[in-house]
Amino acid sequence: MAEIVSLRDAVAELVADGDTVAMEGFSHLIPHAAGHELIRQGRRHLTLVRLTPDLVFDQLIGMGVADKLVFSWGGNPGVGSLHRFRDAIENGWPTPLKIEEHSHAGLTNRFVAGASGLPFAILRAYAGTGLAGRVASIKSVQCPFTGETLAAVPAINPDVAIIHAQQADAHGNVQMWGITGVQKEAVLASSRSIVTVEEIVERIELRPGGVVLPSWVITAVAQVPGGARPSYASGYYERDNTFYSEWEGISRSRDTFIAWMQRNVLGVGA
Amino acid sequence: MTASRNHVSTASPKFTTSEMMSIAAARELRDGQVCFVGIGAPSTAANLARATHAPGLVLIYESGCIGAKPASLPLSIGDGELARTADAVVSVPEIFNYWLQPGRIDIGFLGAAQIDRFANLNTTVIGPYERPGVRLPGAGGAPEIAASCKEVVIMIKQNRHSFVDPLDFRTSIGFGDGPGSRERLGLRGKGPRMVITDLGILRPDPKSCELTLTDLHPGVSVDAAREATGWALAVAPELKRTSAPTEAELGELRRLVSMRAEGSTK
Repeated sequence: MAEIVSLRDAVAELVADGDTVAMEGFSHLIPHAAGHELIRQGRRHLTLVRLTPDLVFDQLIGMGVADKLVFSWGGNPGVGSLHRFRDAIENGWPTPLKIEEHSHAGLTNRFVAGASGLPFAILRAYAGTGLAGRVASIKSVQCPFTGETLAAVPAINPDVAIIHAQQADAHGNVQMWGITGVQKEAVLASSRSIVTVEEIVERIELRPGGVVLPSWVITAVAQVPGGARPSYASGYYERDNTFYSEWEGISRSRDTFIAWMQRNVLGVGA
Repeated sequence: MTASRNHVSTASPKFTTSEMMSIAAARELRDGQVCFVGIGAPSTAANLARATHAPGLVLIYESGCIGAKPASLPLSIGDGELARTADAVVSVPEIFNYWLQPGRIDIGFLGAAQIDRFANLNTTVIGPYERPGVRLPGAGGAPEIAASCKEVVIMIKQNRHSFVDPLDFRTSIGFGDGPGSRERLGLRGKGPRMVITDLGILRPDPKSCELTLTDLHPGVSVDAAREATGWALAVAPELKRTSAPTEAELGELRRLVSMRAEGSTK
């Protein structure tokens, strides 16, 4: 059963230096507040996993939290580059960042295999691309029924999954709705999980298309209203597209980035 | 997309080369087609088509939004407007495994940083992979969109940085190394149908698969297109001239762009 705790306690108890941490959210419900708590608690040497590392991963990477990134698309959607991600890969600042990159289809299926308790996943992907042959976690397999050659990717089973959802109830059952990405698979693939939620309600009202994660597959739930900002939480608040555009200027230089982090993350309590 | 200041003056209304590119691309989409849309230029063109001649165009975004009908242009592929207006919102495993992979999508609509003469695309790195000069965002959904959609339409600005041979990295396959490549790789879609740039339109030669300039936009010369291409550009014997944007097309495009979702509407 999920314990309902503070975000600070959840991160302190469940995320250790050196862990592999999946923080999912595909352009919606991105766990920004939890990422900031990882930075404030000074986690180091993490392997971070996410299909679409965007602003909060730029911040984690720029603050030296990660040694390695497993990803499939790293950018500021509709705006441009992630400058801290680029600085880490191109210049090793603040610390060298190893990368393991996939396509969305490939990394998605690594989570699916992880959630399914399978060693690997099969998909039609990567044929002829520069990723096949360069990335060790992309191989091929022959179908035992048709003989066809297909791509194979290994399961990913992170130590911790961190996601943000709209609601939990007092027992720690969680519901999210709208674009729900690969969050269910990330939680089910991971040994431990932290879910931050907009609110804790008496009773969850099931939504059409809603995704429910029962309390018993979650380790900790923390109530963090606004925990996805500047991303959005459908039914609660909209995406702050202005901030996504402003991040371009804030993150471009190391100095303005550090100053912003000091003012908005390090100097702020959870 | 940011409008270029490069105004082209003709008898029809004034327009930029970027606007011409969006409008030329929108014209290629037919009502009722199912289109997997990348963010940026392809999303702008697809929404322009839906707002003008193709109201029944089905837009699919990789965030899981099927049949999205946004009133304003989204900034990301997962803006709330896309989910709110969609026929269905499915998970990311589902959009790739059930919808894209089996080949049920008519058109994959992609952009890129670099393209080569066989319409292979690079969105990964400029420079060597291990020590890139510019680290680009990476593959995203593109490799499987390029492989599995029935056809692919590519939008990319044409210049010596973008039209290169060889690519710095082959992220997504067009025609690979030429005729027969897609078949050998087991790719089930037919591959790129056309490449729409700010200068004109290129289509693969039916025999050699090499991109061939077939259309020039108003005010653009063949020499300008050759100059903007990093290899000896093949040119069709009879070049067509793209018709200039109509008032209606330009008006709708500008309305969409001016309404682009910006700022929180909380």
